[in-house]
Order: sequence, then C-alpha cells, then structure tokens
Amino acid sequence: MAFLEKNTPPGGKVVTDEGVQRIELSGDWAINTLSAAEAILTSLQFSKEKLTCIDAGGIDNIDTSGAWLVHRLRGSLEFGGRRVEISGLDEKRKSLFNELDQHHPPRWTPEKRKFSIFGFLENTGRQMEGIWLDALAMLHILGSLGMVIATVVFQPKRLRGISVAVQFDKSCIGAVPIVALMSFLIGAIVSQQGGFYLRQFGADLYVVDLAGILVLREIGVILTAIMVAGRSGSAFTAEIGSMRMREEIDALHVIGLSVTEVLVLPRILALMLALPVLTFVSDLASLFGSGLVSWAYLDIPPAAFLARLHEAITMETLMVGLVKAPFMALIVGLIACVEGLKVAGSSDSLGRHTTMSVVKAIFLVIVVDGLFAIFFASIGI
Amino acid sequence: MSEQFAEDQKVHGVPSIEHDGDILLSARGVTVGFGPKIILQDLDLDVRKGEILGFVGGSGTGKSVLMRAILGLTPKRTGTIKVFGYDLAKASEQERKTVERRWGVLFQQGALFSSLTVKQNIQVPMREHLNLSPRLMDELAGLKLELVGLPQDAADKFPSELSGGMVKRASLARALALDPDLVFLDEPTSGLDPIGAAAFDKLIANLSETLGLTVYMVTHDLDSLHSICDRIAVLGEKRVLVIGTIDEMMKNEHPWVMSYFRGERALRRF
Repeated sequence: MAFLEKNTPPGGKVVTDEGVQRIELSGDWAINTLSAAEAILTSLQFSKEKLTCIDAGGIDNIDTSGAWLVHRLRGSLEFGGRRVEISGLDEKRKSLFNELDQHHPPRWTPEKRKFSIFGFLENTGRQMEGIWLDALAMLHILGSLGMVIATVVFQPKRLRGISVAVQFDKSCIGAVPIVALMSFLIGAIVSQQGGFYLRQFGADLYVVDLAGILVLREIGVILTAIMVAGRSGSAFTAEIGSMRMREEIDALHVIGLSVTEVLVLPRILALMLALPVLTFVSDLASLFGSGLVSWAYLDIPPAAFLARLHEAITMETLMVGLVKAPFMALIVGLIACVEGLKVAGSSDSLGRHTTMSVVKAIFLVIVVDGLFAIFFASIGI
Repeated sequence: MSEQFAEDQKVHGVPSIEHDGDILLSARGVTVGFGPKIILQDLDLDVRKGEILGFVGGSGTGKSVLMRAILGLTPKRTGTIKVFGYDLAKASEQERKTVERRWGVLFQQGALFSSLTVKQNIQVPMREHLNLSPRLMDELAGLKLELVGLPQDAADKFPSELSGGMVKRASLARALALDPDLVFLDEPTSGLDPIGAAAFDKLIANLSETLGLTVYMVTHDLDSLHSICDRIAVLGEKRVLVIGTIDEMMKNEHPWVMSYFRGERALRRF
C-alpha cells in the first residue's frame, strides 16, 4: 500500500545500550510522508558505536521510496565505518529490500551551473553558424524547388494540381475575410490620421493621394504578407514539423517520393498564387475604408474621392505593390518549409521552429520590401 | 451456442454482489460509443486488490477505449465506474486528485513528455504532488530507472533519442514514480525483445508481490498471460465475454477464446 487516506507520521529515535546502537523506526515510510521521513533521518544524532541495528519492525507501511531512505541510511552508516543490520522485516519487506539491493541508483552529485566568458563566446559562435546553415538550407530548398519546377515544366503530370488547389483554398480563400477586415481598418485609420493633420493646412483632399499611394505601393502588400506569414507560414511549419516528428517525411523518402515535390512545391506555388490575390483584395478593402472615412470625417463625397484617386494613382502604382507579392510569398513559404524540416523529435522544438518561422518570415518580408523600394527608386518608378 | 456463453459468464463471470473492500475498481453497466457506433455496451468488470488482471480482445474491440473510459479520458454514455471506491464522474476536485496519486498509467505509445528528459519525466508526478528535496527526487528517479532496467545514461536523454523498448521502460518508471496502488499498462511488452519482455513480466510480478500492486494490463503477449496474470478478461461482443484464470480460459468453448488461447500460435509455445 503506497498511499493511505490517513498517514501516521514517520518517527525515529536512537537508543544505545551495551555497545549496540539501535535506530528504531516507526510510522509510515511511504512516498506521502517521505519528506518528513528524510527530515527525521537528518535530525538523528548517531553515536560512534561500531555495531548498529536498524529496527524496521515498528514501520506500519513502507514502499520502494521509503525503503530507499532506509537503504540510504544504512549505506551512509556503513560508509562511516559501522556494521549495520536491518532487523524486523517480514518476508515481503525482505524481498523489497533485496530488490533494492540489486538496483542501485548512482551516487548523487548536485548539478552545478558553469558560467564563463567562453560559454558566451561559444553560444555566439554557434548562433552565427546557425544563421549560415539556415541560409544554406534555404538555398538547398530553393535549388531543389528549381529542379522540381523544371521537371514539372517538362512533365506537367508531375504537378500535384489537387494538392495545389487544396493549399490555395486554405491559404487564400480562407484568409480573405480577415485580410479584408484588417485592410479596411488600416485604410480608415490612415485616412483619419492623415486627414486630421492635412486639414490644418486646408489640404484635406490630399488624403486621397496619401491613402491611395501608401496603401497600393506599400501597406497593402506588407500587411497581407505579414498576415499570411502568421496564418499560413506557421501552419506549413507545424504541418511539416509534425510530419517529421512522426517519421512521415522519412516514409516519403523511403517510398521514393521527393519531399520538395510532394510537400514544398504545392505549398509555395499556392502561396505565390494566393498572395497577389490577397494583396488585391487588401488594396480594395483599404481604399473602401479610406473612402468611407473621407466621406464621414472629411466631407469628401465618394464621387470627388474617386475623381481625385483617378488623378493620384496610375496602373503603375498598383503594379508596384502587386509585383512584390509573389516574392514575399516565396520567402514566407521557403522559410516555413525550411523551419518545418528542421523540427527534431520534441514538441518543444516544434513550437520553437514554428515561432522562428513566423519571426524570420516577417523580418525578411520587411527587408525585401526595403530592397524593392531601393530598386524602384533607382529605376525611377 | 449463445446459452453456453451466458452459462460461462455465470460460472466464472463477473460477481454481481456489491463490492467489499477487496475490489479496487468496479465498472457497472458501462456504455461507450462514438456517434452512432457503440463500442462497449452494459459492461461490468471488477478488479480485485493485489491481482494482475490481463485484458485481451481482438483489435478494435475497445480494450483501449475501456481503459480510457476508466481513466476518465473518454466520456461514457451510461454506467458507473468506481476506482478506490470513488465515482470519478461525481468526485470532487480533491477526491480526483487523491485517485490520480494512487494510480499510474503506461500508455501504448509511452506518452513521455518530449520536451523533458527521462529523469524529468519521472519526476513530473513527484514535483506535482509532493514536496521532496532535489537530492531525494534525483535518487528516486535513478532508482526507478534501475528498477525498470534502463541504463543510467538514459536519465538525461530526451524521449526522441530512445529506442521503442526504452520508451516503454521509461514510461513504466514514470507510472511507478509515486508507488501507485493500481497501474494500468497498455500493451507493455509489445515491441520488446523476448528477454526484455520476460524481465518486464518478472518486474511487474515482483512489484505486485512486494508492494501489493494491482495491475490492469492490456496485452497480447501469451507469455505474460500464462506466466504472471492471476486472472484474464476477454473483451468481445461489446462486453466482458469471460473472466477467469488461464486454466479456465484454456477450457472455454467460445470460438474466439478457443482460437486465441488454443490457436496455432498459442499451441506452438508448447
């Protein structure tokens, strides 16, 4: 019986007579009373007598953990140069102690944490190497993606159309409501804030220029890419990562299927198709939001808004935003798949890589947007 | 034929008397189903204190479902299940906690926490329910590891670095962490080599003998059924078909029981 509804507290005392030291134990020596039992053992004062007898006859209940404590006591007394006997055991308890005798945990040493400057340097080095390996892994996936795309071009049958469609449905159609809502709000906020300051100069109407250019060129695509990184990128990492944890990826390899062809290509392709569509939806929704706020807050009627918008933006403005979308999608998809394939056996690593996938994707999306800005500025668009 | 089975059930069957103190787990009229499919219907079962009960049944007959229903993981439609005299469906938080401290579970896939090392896994129940010194917890974890036959260097490994058999053992060590009164083992010896399986059987029999451990063991291992099980329950036709000792099983006339215990594979043992 290990657990009892009512426990008798454990007890112990040392009696010395005629050169024999007797340690009398009583009460419950079970897992529930174990910390009390350990405290009693540390509080006992042992004499120097050579002969020691541990009297376990008074123990009401004992289990493996209690027996271990008694066993440990015996060990430490013997180590101190005494001869120790355990008495008062019935058959069952004897066999329990015999079992314990055969299985001995190693000597306990408290854990020590080492801190040194070398440890810090080592970690930094490892992180740098990690970044380098990450870049290599991305190039690796990109290269094999190129190979697969080339195969698909020559053998269109190898393209998994249904898989692409399913992924497109998940990452595009499913994302439309949230992307539209978010962009609507952003468009409205940009117009309201812009209007608030421009009104002081009597330049209310320029809100339309501000919102139109800002949304179409930058905000629409960036926010959509960030939303997609959080929504689909994390899903890709988690899917591929859990497939790795359950050896499904290994099964694919063994069957002779290419992971890039079966898992990576459909996802990245679907994402590259989805992001321009979502960006367009986002553009429309934010212009709509901007128009509504202009009408309600700045008294610009829809007709005037549209007329001004027509003057402010051109097809080029829209295309500058849309052309970035597939590249953003490629980055989000690549990072998601690379991180997913890096997942090791534990749930902890799945969580870490999913987080890393989203963080890296969002960071790189912004970096790439900056590169595009430099590029467009230098070619004069 | 069916009267014959009904007869069997009466002879070695489920005792219908309301339990005395010697019955640790009792299930009465348990029905479990998913959607329109009924898995278990009106199932009665008693597990006596200190016995090793082996549970057999064809694949998909609901052995694991019954175990999960007893543990409260799968909801049951009707019936009562009492563990240590507590009906878990009606138990208070405190009572449930008491019961959870007294049982240990070995899941079929091990279910070790993958982000913790083996040692930390074994210490999880200790940390949760008890207030022990770090030294004592480390020593107890080491002792349990030894007891289930794992090498000490496994203590600091993560579950993903262990072989299938080692995962089983580590998981048993975790199930035994609090020295439970009742352990549920879901196919403990599957995936172990015959020597390891025999050692496992011996360990369980030993613990049962020295500590009065009650074991509820779902297994297909005919060797464990023969060597350590005090009683065997056969699950089939959505209920406990028969329950009794191995000798009674060998004499049973039900076709499934016959083909299980006296089939080609079973007889090859002799």
